[in-house]
This record gives sequence, C-alpha cells and structure tokens, in this order.
Amino acid sequence: MNAPQKLLSSAPLLEVNDLKIHYPLAGSLFGRARRVVYAVDGLSFRIARGETLSLVGESGCGKSTVGRAVLRLLRPTAGQVVLAGRRIDDMSAGGLRPLRRQVQVIFQDPFSSLNPRIRVRDALAEPIRNFGLAADRADLERRLHRLMDRVGLPREALSRWPHEFSGGQRQRIGIARALAAEPDLIVCDEAVSALDVSVKAQIVNLLGDLQAELGLALLFISHDLAIVEHMTHRIGVMYLGKIVETGTRRQIFVRPRHPYTQALLSAVPVPDPEAPRRRIVLKGDVPSPIDPPKGCRFHTRCPYVFDRCRTEEPALSEIEKGHEAACHLNARPAGENPLLGGTFA
Amino acid sequence: MALLEVDTLQTHFRTPDGVNRAVDGVSFHVERGETLAIVGESGCGKSVTAMSILRLIPEPPGKSAGAIRFGGRDLLKLSEREMRRIRGDEISMIFQEPMTSLNPVLKVGRQIGESLRLHQGLGRHQAEAQAVDMLKLVGIPEPKQRAGEYPHQLSGGMRQRVMIAMALACSPKLLIADEPTTALDVTIQAQILDLMRDLKERVGAAILLITHDLGVVAEVADRVVVMYAGRKVEEAPVRRLFAKPRHPYTRGLLGAVPRLGSSLEDRAGRLAEIPGMVPSLKTRIEGCVFAGRCPEVQDVCRRHAPGLEEKAPGHVAACHLSLRDQAAAA
Repeated sequence: MNAPQKLLSSAPLLEVNDLKIHYPLAGSLFGRARRVVYAVDGLSFRIARGETLSLVGESGCGKSTVGRAVLRLLRPTAGQVVLAGRRIDDMSAGGLRPLRRQVQVIFQDPFSSLNPRIRVRDALAEPIRNFGLAADRADLERRLHRLMDRVGLPREALSRWPHEFSGGQRQRIGIARALAAEPDLIVCDEAVSALDVSVKAQIVNLLGDLQAELGLALLFISHDLAIVEHMTHRIGVMYLGKIVETGTRRQIFVRPRHPYTQALLSAVPVPDPEAPRRRIVLKGDVPSPIDPPKGCRFHTRCPYVFDRCRTEEPALSEIEKGHEAACHLNARPAGENPLLGGTFA
Repeated sequence: MALLEVDTLQTHFRTPDGVNRAVDGVSFHVERGETLAIVGESGCGKSVTAMSILRLIPEPPGKSAGAIRFGGRDLLKLSEREMRRIRGDEISMIFQEPMTSLNPVLKVGRQIGESLRLHQGLGRHQAEAQAVDMLKLVGIPEPKQRAGEYPHQLSGGMRQRVMIAMALACSPKLLIADEPTTALDVTIQAQILDLMRDLKERVGAAILLITHDLGVVAEVADRVVVMYAGRKVEEAPVRRLFAKPRHPYTRGLLGAVPRLGSSLEDRAGRLAEIPGMVPSLKTRIEGCVFAGRCPEVQDVCRRHAPGLEEKAPGHVAACHLSLRDQAAAA
C-alpha cells in the first residue's frame, strides 16, 4: 500500500468492486460444454463506518453469496473486496487471519450456529483468545461480563449450554460472539428471519442500539423488507446476481425506480385489513442463474417489458444523488415512464 | 350449525419431564366458506390444534380431549378407519414445506390423483386426467406436461400450487393451511395468496389458516383467533382485531411488527418489544398465561386466569384489564 494514510482513513470501510462469483457445474460424461452458475455477476457497493447497507432480494439472487465473499468464506471469481483500504479477495489464508477480526457474522439459524458441546463462556472466549484481545484472565472475565450485559443476557448464563436457551437468547449469544472480536463490520445473514415476531423486535432493537453505541457497520442480508426499511441506511436490491437498484431507504421505499423493486414492495402483506391494495403480481418464477435471460435479467417477469429489454442489458444509471436503477424505462421522458407513479409507501 | 366446532380442546403430550400442555382448553368454530386465521408465535399450540383436528397427533405420547364436531360428528370419537375417509376428502391440509410433504418418487399427477382414486373411486386414467384439470385450476402452465414431472423438477412456488391442487382435488368442505406461504419468497407468496382467495370463491371451501404473519392474516382472514401458550386469548372479526385489539398480547404483537412506510418518518423509532419469553407449558399456570410478560399486569392476573368475555359481537378476549375498562366505560 503506497497510498497516503490520510486518504485511507477517509476511504469507506468496505468496498466491493465488480464482484463476480461463478460456480462451474460438473460437466457431463460426454464432454458437453460446462455450464456455469452465475451466482453473483458484477456487483459493486460501499459501506462506510457505522453504516447499515442492506441487500434484499429473493432466494437465489446471490445476496448470501455476497456475504460469504465479504467474509472471505469463499474466493471470488473476479472483482475486488477492499476492507479498510486493503484488498482481501486474493489474500492468502495466513495473511487474512488477523483481518478476520474486523469482519464477523451472525447467521440465520440460532439452533445450528452454536456448537451444542461448547458452553457459552468458551464460545465467547474463543475469539477473544484467538485475536489476543485480553491482557490476562481478569481482563477476559471482564470482557465476557461486558458482552453479556451488552446483549441483555444474565452473567450467570456464561456457564450454561446452548440447549438451555430459547431461539431469541441463542441469537443474543450469536451476537455476543460476533462482538467478542471487536469487529468493524458484521455481516447479518438473515439474522432475524427465523425469530418470532416479539423476539424479532427485541433483536432488531438490540442491533440498532449496538450500532449506535459501538459505531458498527452492518451488511444486513434479508428478504424481509419491512425490517430492512426499519433499520437500514442504504439498500441494494438484487435480482439474479446483480444489483438492479440502490439508494437510501427513503429513495428505495418511497420512490423506487425499478419495476422489480416496485413489485417486491407491493407484494409485502400489509398488517392492516383496511389498507388499500395496489399489488403488482409478477408472473412466474425467478429464472435460473445457470442460464440467465439475455438483455435485462428481469425482462421475463417485467410487466412493462419492451423490445429493447430483450436484447440490451440496462446499466445502473443515476436517478438522483445516491440513487441508481438499471432500467431502460428511466431513459424515457417523464410522461412516458410508468415507474413514476407517485410515492409508493 | 357451524361447519367445524372445536370445544375445549386439550392436547397434551407426555414427556420424560412432565406433561406438555400444548393446547389447553381452546374453543372456536369455523363457518361454511369463511376463512378463520389462528395466529400466534412458535409454541403457542396453533399447529397442534390443526393436527388435532385431523387426528394426526401420535398417541401416545399425545392425547386430545374435548370435542371436535364436524358435520354433526365428533372427530375425536371416530375410529381410525372412519377418520381416513374424512382426511383428504372432507377436510384436507396444506403444509408449510412443500418439498418434504410431497412424495419425491411419485409424479405429481399421480399424487394428485391418489385421493381421487381413494375417495371417489376413479380409475387411474380418469384420476390423472382430473389431476391435470386441478393443475390448470391452480395456475400451473403446461399442466399436462407438469403432471408427468417429479416434485424436484418444480420450483418452490409450483410445488405449493401442487399441494393446493392435491388438497382441493376432492372439493373438501374445510381446508387447513398451516403456514402455507412461510417458506416462499415474497413475490411468490403474493401469487399463492391471490390463488387462495380466488379458489375460496370458486370452490367454496372454508379455510382454517394457521400463521404467525399478521400481514397474511390481514390479507385473507375473515375472523382471527389469537393463541398464546396453548390458550385462546382473543378472537374477533379481522378488521375489529386490528382496529381495537383488547388483549395486551395482541396489542404487543401488532406493535412489534415493522410496517412498510417507516422511512417516511425521519428517524426510525424503536419497535415495540414484548419483554421476556413464552412460559414453559410443562408447569400448570394458575393465573393469566401472559402475566409474566404483560406491561399492565396486576395482582389478580397472577392469581386467577381470566375467562373469555365478550367485548362486542363476535369479539372475545381473556383479560382482567379489559373487564375493568369496560366497567369504567359503563
């Protein structure tokens, strides 16, 4: 790194440039051309310190794969992942180890993400020891107590086993484990999706408090749009391995400018029987990422599809500062753009 | 007379460390052609209630008591043989996870046809021809070709459509849907909810919808039963429940759900929390089941379980406080 220190400190915490993750499928016996799953296909975003970026989209859109690449649980096919000014996408396992402290993860399923044979104390102490964060035994103990206080669990619970806790409490342990390494960024992969309504609210509030207190950045991967709108700063809407729209929460939720974003938002069931319904029901299913449609990837389900969409892939283009969408309709004059249907929320 | 009447249903499970009172004295009814939703969080007993109606609770360790009257008969008193004639014919069920509830080695047309052959005595070819019609009814493109495919060849949304086709094949009077859209993506969920609404009108079946999702309830239900810790705590017509919830648990649930549109406010507020967690069902709870988490708890709540009181036509709640409110209003 020969860039001046000053420049580095103003750089975003995480920068992902043109990330591609392709999985080759096993070729057939007769040597047919190998097919490839284009799980993530050219994706860029940045996360500033203390900021929450949410990636939303349906199953198979590649949002979790992005999270795994940021955690370097897999090596990207192409593109860059830059953490605090250092490229980590091509780093060796050894070089990566000290950097792993900076990025931690909270998984979806609190039942399978804790080792049933490891007490809470040891699960939390492991990252502290690994990264040599505690000065001595007393310091380790202090840190463990502070973690339990932070996530709202009693200190006595340190000596208990995972099976003694409910789903919500286990998710608190998962959060405490992520915090133990004192990370700058936490990847939350559907971290609240498996929880019950009342518990979900507790965990969402806890994540918000922790972010405010510790200045954490969050990469929040979720399919739950109402939760995302509640807690995020910015959003990337993904469809078949690409970001089709990105912007602040207000831009995306109030004035979405991609037909897929609009359809997604309109599909969310509203917990109010009196609310007017303006639903855009999409036809069919998400196409396979093995052989994504030519042109715009959304054109097979888009209610506004026209000829250009079938041949030419739209690039992300700026709508206003910070708000980009990849749709040919936005190149039309305002009077002929069906996406400009007033505010959405 | 209502189509289905569940009368003080108790389904208990014997476990090595005590009796689990999964469903503890729940009553409700379903009218012909209506959609009744049972909502609640994990462990509230909503799925066990559904399974008890179809007598799918393994005995032992489970045991159901009370009465489940369907078409004038008490299902709990029927023999297994008589019960088999009802399942899939007069009452059918769709489950949450279509992949695990379809047989992976049978073509979907054959699976749909199975209940027609069993209950209506159709021949194999007739049954499979009708299966194709059912696939068409639930909106599967190229139904004839799809009928010859296996479940793994279909997407999640299509599998759920197959489940619905299978459940509706014999024109049941009651369809029990246990979290029918929970495993689906939101755009597919929208398709399936539309389909269920549309089919309800065309087929005329009553639906008993089991769900944790208040959004889904608001979209499809006519009436709602709220369950907590094995008991019914509130029941009301859907609009009334969302507008005037009378039980603190219902109010807590409604407050804890984030709604789209929060970005219109400048700063996202905190979500309302219900502190604590559901009590263990293995100890008998003397007072109100919600007392341990209730923000408005009083002494009386811990001593006596509140009975269900009618608050308005069709609206009942089990809460000492709403009694007091009523007294104050009178």
